[in-house]
Amino acid sequence: MEEILKLLDSLGLDIDVKNCKSLVDDGYLQSLDIVYLLTELSFIFDIKIPAGQIVPENFNSAEALWNMIQRLEDD
Amino acid sequence: MSFISLNFLLLFALLVIIYYCLPHRIRWILLLLFSLFFYSFAGLEANIFIICSSFFSWACGRLISKGFSAEKLALSSLPEGNSREDRKALKSTFQHKRKLVLLIGLALNLVLLASLKYTNFFIDNINSIFGSKIERLNLLFPLGISFYTFRNISYLVDVYWEKTDSERNYLKLLLFTSYFPLIIQGPIARWAELKNEFFYEKSFSSLRLRSGLYRMLWGYFKKLVIADRLLPVVTGLCAPGEEYKGIFVLIAALFYAAQLYADFTGGIDITIGMSECLGIKLPENFKRPYLSRNIAEYWRRWHISMGTWFRDYVFYPLSLSPFLMRLSRASRTLSPDISRKLGVYISTLVTWFLTGLWHGPAWNFVVWGLLNALFILLAEEIRPLSERFRKRFPSLIAGRLYAGFEITRTFLLMCAIRCFDCYRNVPVTFSMLKSLFTPNQTGKPVVQTLLSFGLSSADYIVILVGVLFLFFVSLFESKHGDIRLSLEKLRPLYRDLIYLGLIVAVLIFGIYGFGYEQTEFIYNQF
Repeated sequence: MEEILKLLDSLGLDIDVKNCKSLVDDGYLQSLDIVYLLTELSFIFDIKIPAGQIVPENFNSAEALWNMIQRLEDD
Repeated sequence: MSFISLNFLLLFALLVIIYYCLPHRIRWILLLLFSLFFYSFAGLEANIFIICSSFFSWACGRLISKGFSAEKLALSSLPEGNSREDRKALKSTFQHKRKLVLLIGLALNLVLLASLKYTNFFIDNINSIFGSKIERLNLLFPLGISFYTFRNISYLVDVYWEKTDSERNYLKLLLFTSYFPLIIQGPIARWAELKNEFFYEKSFSSLRLRSGLYRMLWGYFKKLVIADRLLPVVTGLCAPGEEYKGIFVLIAALFYAAQLYADFTGGIDITIGMSECLGIKLPENFKRPYLSRNIAEYWRRWHISMGTWFRDYVFYPLSLSPFLMRLSRASRTLSPDISRKLGVYISTLVTWFLTGLWHGPAWNFVVWGLLNALFILLAEEIRPLSERFRKRFPSLIAGRLYAGFEITRTFLLMCAIRCFDCYRNVPVTFSMLKSLFTPNQTGKPVVQTLLSFGLSSADYIVILVGVLFLFFVSLFESKHGDIRLSLEKLRPLYRDLIYLGLIVAVLIFGIYGFGYEQTEFIYNQF
């Protein structure tokens, strides 16, 4: 989780990334940011993230991102 | 048959009456029959393509779904205590089969589109590179093929990604592919958005019908009063021969911005309004794009369904493709920043190259697409600098003056890029844009020249008033939402008088009737 928060912080979104629950719905995360995030996450956790996973529900909060990664690791 | 012909309007009125007289469960069949009937005006052969494209997608979608069911069954019948690796191997076998079906479905759709749309472009390029004289082919270009192919691809990929279920009834998917309001210029709606709208019961609502008709009227106003009135002057100024340089390039770019906006958003208003009359809600395709503060934002507000299509089905899959991920991984030794950006930047360029090519089989569209990518990436590169600037001058950034500056800058930049669409020739466009910065070489007086395209000063006044009217409605909607909701709150007499005024404006100032050829919507050609 720490890594995810660090990554979200590095995007300079100017919001409280720890508590925000609408990163995509409110337009804070744009497509370029999402790909930056996924590229880094796939390196850090050594997982393959399919494009089909890019839905707002998986990106609206740090917690949602963490859940997605755990799901992919289990797969 | 055009949406702006009287025959179409009479047929549509008849459709609405019969539609609401029928029991709900068979209304979709009427929509399908009407859509195929409407489409047959584009030529009976065109129907073959739409039926085939839809059938390929339906068959592959069903096979993919059956693959998922078979996988679940196989996994559940694995003996207890089976290792995780065995389950993974089984999953992978099924996934490969599903991927193969998906690729076949995509190839069938894309080969159909590419062979009809890009063969002559390919021949022209071969001829110009090798000096050969291969004859161009006389190919049929079925109406709306670019739009319905993209709808079918989105359906197939969404089934593959398990974002939606596949449809069992082929005819229902055929309705999705051929639904007549979407055929001419989109929006490129998704199956998940439309299936409930087509097949779930909705009772008749006079408010919804009235609201749909108002939206259609607004679309006709934009198309007939503004877009079609501007057509002769834009065509004249952008005609081959580089006659109108200097200040005329700026005038052409500004007029084309107004014409394209009125034409495309007007067409979408008619499309959405027609569907609303039938109780079918379509996604919005525009959100006041000319008020955007940068190009990336502009593309989130202009032709939204196309932008999200390329984002979801090209940009994301390409960015996360094994090749680009490997490239990013390999470049990590150079610098983490390069590694992070490399995949994204390559994907952005490829996505915009394809977006340009989708607009037309010509190099001017490719350059147009790549320039969009270039400016988006440039903005991305200077993002840290912009952030520092924003933090240093927060009150300036928050002010209206700065917002106005950013909106004007984005609007003018988009006008310049759009010149590649106006002049349809790459070297000519560069030369015309360059002439903007030189003194008026043509020696032509501006006013007399503008009056020489068959438009009187009264026509220009109508255009100016029409554009200002659009602008104020846009501003109003940005603050208060859909203007129709606000008008509904007025006394019925005042509300009806306003709409009557709009009808009178279309009848008096619209370009139609004898002596005028109905002009197609600009996006129809894509």
